[in-house]
Amino acid sequence: MTDQAYNFAYLDEQTKRMIRRAILKGIAVPGYQVPFASREMPMPYGWGTGGVQVTAACLTPEDTLKVIDQGADDTTNAVSIRKFFQRTAGVAVTEATAEASIIQTRHRIPEATLTEGQILVYQVPIPEPLRFLEPRETETRKMHELEEYGLMHVKLYEDIARHGTIATAYAYPVKVEGRYVMDPSPIPKFDNPKLSNSAAIQLFGAGREQRIYALPPYTHVVSLDFDDHPFVPSKAPHDCDLCAASDSYLDEVITDDQGGRMFVCSDTDFCRTRREAGHLGPLGVPMQETV
Amino acid sequence: MGMLNLNLTAETDQPLLSVQGLTKRYGARIGCADVSFDLFPGEVLGIVGESGSGKSTLLSCLAGHMPPDQGSVIFQTAQGPRDTVTMAEADRRRMARTDWAFVHQNPRDGLRMGVSAGGNVGERLMAIGARHYGDIRDKAIDWLGRVEIAADRIDDRPRAFSGGMQQRLQIARNLVTGPRLVFMDEPTGGLDVSVQARLLDLLRGLVRDMGLSAIIVTHDLAVVRLLADRLMVMKSGHVVEQGLTDQVLDDPQHAYTQLLVSSVLQV
Repeated sequence: MTDQAYNFAYLDEQTKRMIRRAILKGIAVPGYQVPFASREMPMPYGWGTGGVQVTAACLTPEDTLKVIDQGADDTTNAVSIRKFFQRTAGVAVTEATAEASIIQTRHRIPEATLTEGQILVYQVPIPEPLRFLEPRETETRKMHELEEYGLMHVKLYEDIARHGTIATAYAYPVKVEGRYVMDPSPIPKFDNPKLSNSAAIQLFGAGREQRIYALPPYTHVVSLDFDDHPFVPSKAPHDCDLCAASDSYLDEVITDDQGGRMFVCSDTDFCRTRREAGHLGPLGVPMQETV
Repeated sequence: MGMLNLNLTAETDQPLLSVQGLTKRYGARIGCADVSFDLFPGEVLGIVGESGSGKSTLLSCLAGHMPPDQGSVIFQTAQGPRDTVTMAEADRRRMARTDWAFVHQNPRDGLRMGVSAGGNVGERLMAIGARHYGDIRDKAIDWLGRVEIAADRIDDRPRAFSGGMQQRLQIARNLVTGPRLVFMDEPTGGLDVSVQARLLDLLRGLVRDMGLSAIIVTHDLAVVRLLADRLMVMKSGHVVEQGLTDQVLDDPQHAYTQLLVSSVLQV
């Protein structure tokens, strides 16, 4: 098998055209789920087939691509998707958020503020925020059409009734420009404020569910809540053990079977950049010139 | 009561619901044919008839669940009379959440079984814009009390409830937004007689206290005797007799009504 057998970025031009049309429609109607003819991709559903198709439709040979999975550049999903586009598109890749023109992400928004001209592509498993409350697709479409979103608050009500607070920690529903209720993909609710008023274009691709939706730059996005139980973005009450950052989203890492654990930034690029700048947490070691 | 009021401009002189020539066919078969009636505010209309007589079809058409083939259903909205058959779906659904209520025969059709009792009662409040958790909860507790469900069951799911409790919960969930018209499809079906009696008592109290208008479909004559002011008897999709409940039941004119009344077992 030769790499030349593939069109640029794997998908054929007609498919990319179809996906671009869906993306444009999504940008024109922020938060609206646009159906598209999702293709079989050479990876299983659930591994980001929707995001990969959106990325493929957006890529140009001049682009620089960054792929993250749960904030990390070096996890299986991120590595294999990055390799996929290196082989099929030959584009430059990077781990630095600021250098990338397209960032495909699974379940995180990078800590560094995105800038104009950047595109953030989310991998979405279930695009329909009302799915688990109302299983009928015909009915949920009607609810979106008629703006009947009371049911979304029933979910939050149930959270408070059962746990005392809104316990939904990820895939926290948002309302876009006062119109569509949207599932922001399973990002932690810590990232929800970054959805709003972002300078970058945010595209959401769900391959199995065959939906694309989008947030154009500087879109107003509000997390749903109650007047007496306002939305609170949450994170582990810790500083990063490697770079001492107090404002980043943290992963808990179990270090031994004696109860040892450490908290580290889930955004690996953010953490490395800080350590290179000389910030050091209690368990961190100064960066070596290894690479 | 309304008949004695001679002030013609009063709201109560306008029918709340005015149905003209309502017809629904299933292909060549008739669901219900040429049904016309007026329902006045505070009035309870019973629709009786055997299985397959078109009662439920009629109710579905009235409540906007099914589009009728012919006829009009004029409802007295806050903005004046409007035909609910031709109005935009968004408006109809908004009305179904606020001015109307629909009590299903099987509470499982009318409740969200995966959501707590409080969430079930609160859903309609949140659907019309309530965004204060404490207020929603207070209102849910209040309504659970009104339908005789203990306040400490508020966080239980409906599947932990008995059939009678589920039906009462469904009623609370429907009445919490203060509707003006309630559609009920066999509200006491599938309940044992003592539970039925208590539910009927409760319903009668709520209907009287809130001044509700209601359309009750049932095959149980005892239910209409207790609740309904007026009665419509249906057979094969047609209305064969209508009038005041006591009049129809005590002096049935149509052969089918006579059969129906005489079929009730006397204990």
